[in-house]
Amino acid sequence: MNAQAVVILPIALPLATMVMLLLSLKSVPAQKLIGVVGSTLLLLSAATLAWLVDRDGILVLQAGNWPAPFGITLVADRLSSIMVLLAGLMVFAVSVYSLASVNDSRVSFGFHPLIQLLLMGVCGAFLTGDLFNLYVWFEVMLIASFVLLTLGGERRQLEGAIKYVTLNLISSAVFLAAIGVIYAATGTLNMADLALKLRSFPDEGTVSVLSMLFLIAFGTKAAVFPLFFWLPASYHTPPVAVSAIFAGLLTKVGVYSLIRAFTLLFVTDLEFTHNLLLLIAGLTMVTGVLGAMAQNEVRRILSFHIVSQIGYMVMGLALFTPLALAGTVFYIIHHIVVKTNLFLIGGVVEQRFRTGRLDRIGGLYRSAPVLATVFFLSAMSLAGIPPLSGFFAKLTLIRGGLEAERYAIVVAALVVSLLTLFSMTKIWNEAFWKPAREDAVTNVSPRRRSRIGRACLYGPTILLASITVGIGVMAGPVMNASMATAEQLLDQNAYINAVLPDGPTGQVPAVSSERTSQ
Amino acid sequence: MDSVILKTAIRFLLPLLLLASVFLFLRGHNEPGGGFVGGLLASGAIALYAMTHGAAAARQVVRVPPRILIGSGLLFALVSGVAPLFVGRPFLTGLWTTITTEGLGKLHIGTPLLFDLGVYCVVTGVTLVFVFSLLEE
Repeated sequence: MNAQAVVILPIALPLATMVMLLLSLKSVPAQKLIGVVGSTLLLLSAATLAWLVDRDGILVLQAGNWPAPFGITLVADRLSSIMVLLAGLMVFAVSVYSLASVNDSRVSFGFHPLIQLLLMGVCGAFLTGDLFNLYVWFEVMLIASFVLLTLGGERRQLEGAIKYVTLNLISSAVFLAAIGVIYAATGTLNMADLALKLRSFPDEGTVSVLSMLFLIAFGTKAAVFPLFFWLPASYHTPPVAVSAIFAGLLTKVGVYSLIRAFTLLFVTDLEFTHNLLLLIAGLTMVTGVLGAMAQNEVRRILSFHIVSQIGYMVMGLALFTPLALAGTVFYIIHHIVVKTNLFLIGGVVEQRFRTGRLDRIGGLYRSAPVLATVFFLSAMSLAGIPPLSGFFAKLTLIRGGLEAERYAIVVAALVVSLLTLFSMTKIWNEAFWKPAREDAVTNVSPRRRSRIGRACLYGPTILLASITVGIGVMAGPVMNASMATAEQLLDQNAYINAVLPDGPTGQVPAVSSERTSQ
Repeated sequence: MDSVILKTAIRFLLPLLLLASVFLFLRGHNEPGGGFVGGLLASGAIALYAMTHGAAAARQVVRVPPRILIGSGLLFALVSGVAPLFVGRPFLTGLWTTITTEGLGKLHIGTPLLFDLGVYCVVTGVTLVFVFSLLEE
């Protein structure tokens, strides 16, 4: 096996794990064991991939030995490998956490195989170098997420799922239409080949239309303004382990696709596309955080904050300077870790009180000091308090904004940061600081759980919180990796040459050039 | 469904339809057919049997639980994808070999056939899960 074979591992391993899980569906202990072992292997393979990409540069695998642009190409560059590594880390944390938080009936209904299917879709989307293949991975991921969202069949789960499914299907339809149009216009779907052909594409109008179609398709998945309404409507309904992995990974697949599309494909008309992106970024930040302020339930508040933070990631992309893009990458790294962790902590809170409503809970600072510490670290990191990871992520983005002299977005980012702090303080005050209500249903004291059960609940949250602190302390190396990623993203030729070593193939169809000359 | 004609006929049709599905599956490599449509035909035959004789009887005819069919189908597909990695070729590259047999002559088989077998199993398994759960509602 050569180095390139590692590129396929993050897709093949979840599939292999899923097969094992399907064949042993009747045994709950086997499900749990295989799920955790599979996730650990995925994490290890993702780490290997990241290390190889860092050492050797972009790794390309032509599936079935069909040369690009005719076959399906898998490409692992720095951004892809970082995203896959984060996905591996999150699924590891969540599958350990799920041991103590997902009930046996959900496990025997296929919780673990579905998580692996979801991960296969997510990793596939991060690694593919082909637009149609990206669509397929999106669908794999969405189908798994539909089932995970409704698994258990509670009333409010179904209500959330209807909105989620409808909006995601619409966005898939737009995505597919966009793929059809781009194929008709250029005759290729390989991203590297597309990047070459769009550069010299004669009809600027078509390219603008295409970029907007992709913006709508990916924007809906990424939950940017004004297409985000499905997210806060559905993320608080499924089991915590599920919403944690959704919160950490699914919208980030949308953000990843936006980054890929608007750094590789649509870079000819920056004046139009990236200014629009900047406007969207600002509006997303502000509406997200304002929505969060109106909420009174832990997971609902956190869901709105996902939206708000997607804005920061898009901001770096829209500014389109190396520093700002590095900020985006840093922000994604920070956000995935912190957000997943906050959902996991919210889950522990909900388990204790059987509700996440802030007016019904309290006193956790006294009764669960470890949980309080872990929450405090993650919440402050989310708000961007030094020396935690969020501070450096926001600092980089804001420096990028100042350097590009886009002061309006910088002001918006700073104000939203303050409001995030307000929102996090609200959860802190209500859930942790104020004394518990006397009539609060403080059931299932964790002391009554087995020691292993507690370790499964707290272990992942402590792990993720220490990663947050670690990113803050080791900001230098993480920043260097982000800068290297940003520079690689802006160097489209490196990507194109890695995929198409023999140079471009075929030409733009003559029809479209005739049309413009008329 | 209470039709004596269908109930009697399906006993003879079932093996014929299953044979036809295998024929379609094997034909698929060079001509219209393949694992997907073969699997559909097979599950259609079993669905007819389930409708006339009940889902429990049909489950006995299939012997393997549909869930296992799905799992093993995915396993076949995965193996056909991973196998080329061990001979230093990229993922999913087709590996072919020719076997000389008595009676059948030379057989040209390879990993794409295994992949197709996986598709056959997954399609049959998924369809049967639908059919059985609907009948058992």
